[in-house]
Amino acid sequence: MSRGVKSIETRHHEERDRFFAGLSRLSRRSFFKLAGVAAAASWGKGLWTPRSFQLVDVANAAAEKEAAKFTFAYISDTHLYEQKLNDRFVRAILKAVDDVNALDPQPDFVLFGGDLAQLGQPAELKLGREILKTVKAPVKMMVGEHDWFLDMGDLWKEYFGAPSYSFDHKGVHFVTIMSVQEKDFWTARGMTPMERMQTVAGLDNGVQSRFEVGPEGREWLKKDLEKVDKKTPVIVFSHSPLYKYYRNWNFWTEDAEPVQEILRPFKTVTVIHGHTHQLLTNHIGNISFHGMLSTAWPWPYAPEGLPKLTVQMNRADPFNQFDGCGDGTTTVDEIGLVDALYNLWDRNPVTVRASYVTSGGKNDPPPTTTLASY
Amino acid sequence: MKRVSAAMAMTVATLLGGGLWMRLRAEPPRHAVPKSANGNLVVELCDGETAAEVPGIKDGQSMTRAQAQDVSQQLMAEWRRKNPHANWDEPIRVAAAEQGGSAAPAEKPPAGSKPTTPTQEGHTYGAFTDRDQKIWQAATDEFVGEGKRIFHDAKALGGTIAVSCDMCHPDAANTHPETYPKFQVQFGRVALLRDMINWCIENPVRGKPLPDDDKRLKALEAYILAQRKGVALEYGKH
Repeated sequence: MSRGVKSIETRHHEERDRFFAGLSRLSRRSFFKLAGVAAAASWGKGLWTPRSFQLVDVANAAAEKEAAKFTFAYISDTHLYEQKLNDRFVRAILKAVDDVNALDPQPDFVLFGGDLAQLGQPAELKLGREILKTVKAPVKMMVGEHDWFLDMGDLWKEYFGAPSYSFDHKGVHFVTIMSVQEKDFWTARGMTPMERMQTVAGLDNGVQSRFEVGPEGREWLKKDLEKVDKKTPVIVFSHSPLYKYYRNWNFWTEDAEPVQEILRPFKTVTVIHGHTHQLLTNHIGNISFHGMLSTAWPWPYAPEGLPKLTVQMNRADPFNQFDGCGDGTTTVDEIGLVDALYNLWDRNPVTVRASYVTSGGKNDPPPTTTLASY
Repeated sequence: MKRVSAAMAMTVATLLGGGLWMRLRAEPPRHAVPKSANGNLVVELCDGETAAEVPGIKDGQSMTRAQAQDVSQQLMAEWRRKNPHANWDEPIRVAAAEQGGSAAPAEKPPAGSKPTTPTQEGHTYGAFTDRDQKIWQAATDEFVGEGKRIFHDAKALGGTIAVSCDMCHPDAANTHPETYPKFQVQFGRVALLRDMINWCIENPVRGKPLPDDDKRLKALEAYILAQRKGVALEYGKH
């Protein structure tokens, strides 16, 4: 898109995005305090009805000392088919790329949350790679089961490198861990690679095994964290939630407990995971968990096992392709705590604050739903 | 030696009721009809034991309907004398009920005592066995299974973009068939579950809507409903 002349709609939306990004950084009290100041200032200038966006600009300037240390954005679960087969999901990932490219200021990096492809096919992964090249910020890749089980990750690794890796960024230790290993269910059944892939691609397909980090993955994680100071904030990216939510749909990691045990000694740990395609919040011991939205479709909430802290997102409108889908921005504060902003398309964004999660749901609850899922 | 006509045996068997008739089917009686010293017609009952001579009718001749009725009643009376504990709907009550009349009301067991009401027999409706039920269940499950297959198969749905129902509705979650019929705001009219199925097939799945009598549509409905077994019907719920 041309950066020169902007239409009034574009300017409006940019202003709107800044407004919500600003809101997410403000506590409720400081918002009202500063909104009052701003309203008075506007009124003094003769503006009877100040636009809400202006309030936040002012408020933000005054709240600068509360400002976050840094942000990163995410795009997740795009489930691409080849474009000639299915342009719907391609449209959706392009929308997300536009979103993160329009963020101002730009995030430090963009996490891709896994399931780039639908059936792990070369054309799908290639298409995804080409699209993600247009992201302005650096992209951190994570693998999902849909990328993996056709060739057991060969092409994905060729394109994007090792599925488990770590890096340090502004005092936070980041770990991306491959959590969607499965025990061999295919050899005994004589499945072709495509049959294996399609079995794993079916959420409610009971033939497959449960996701796991696996013994090697856990060993790698242990080694990686050995040299990290226990006071260093740790943020883990995994495709499956690193806890047990609903087994039948693999909203689940079979060895979640031993993995949590490895993370236990650290003071502040946050897990950002994909796969569940919904607003999802959990807190176990020292670990906060945030699910990521999908660009392709929202999953319904599972019939049981939903973590108590989760405030559901409103039921998705089937008549609107983008409803219940989206992307997100994560704000990491001075001590490594995380506010997760769910940028739900065609709705108001929802922020799940660190203060809500760490207080066990007592403080700063996110807005509740008016229509729960069935 | 001549035998009474098969039609007569049938009549008597019908009078005896289903229980005995079932036994007859399982093991047809092959007994010899006793001979009459006077060469009269002898009519046998299907129990293989009871027989009666018809005076004035020679073996090989036909009775009038009235005579046949007399002999039948005579034979049945004899059978009931021999089998006083047989489970039996009183013929008189059946006759009264047929006339829309006042059959004696069923006796109520005295309060507090264990009911010892005999079960009704002799009718076929609902008289199915465990085996029957298993066969029917298997047929139903097969139909539901076919629906499940289609639900998970974009091609079977007639989709053109490889999207299938389960991709948004694992285990048919969030399909809430128990809320239909309801006013579907997006349609601006009242919709049935099948209207929504067809809407999904046409839009996210991008196929052609299925005709009402399409077996796939019926199978999809069967699967979706089967997944919600036990959920209260709440038509019109939003």
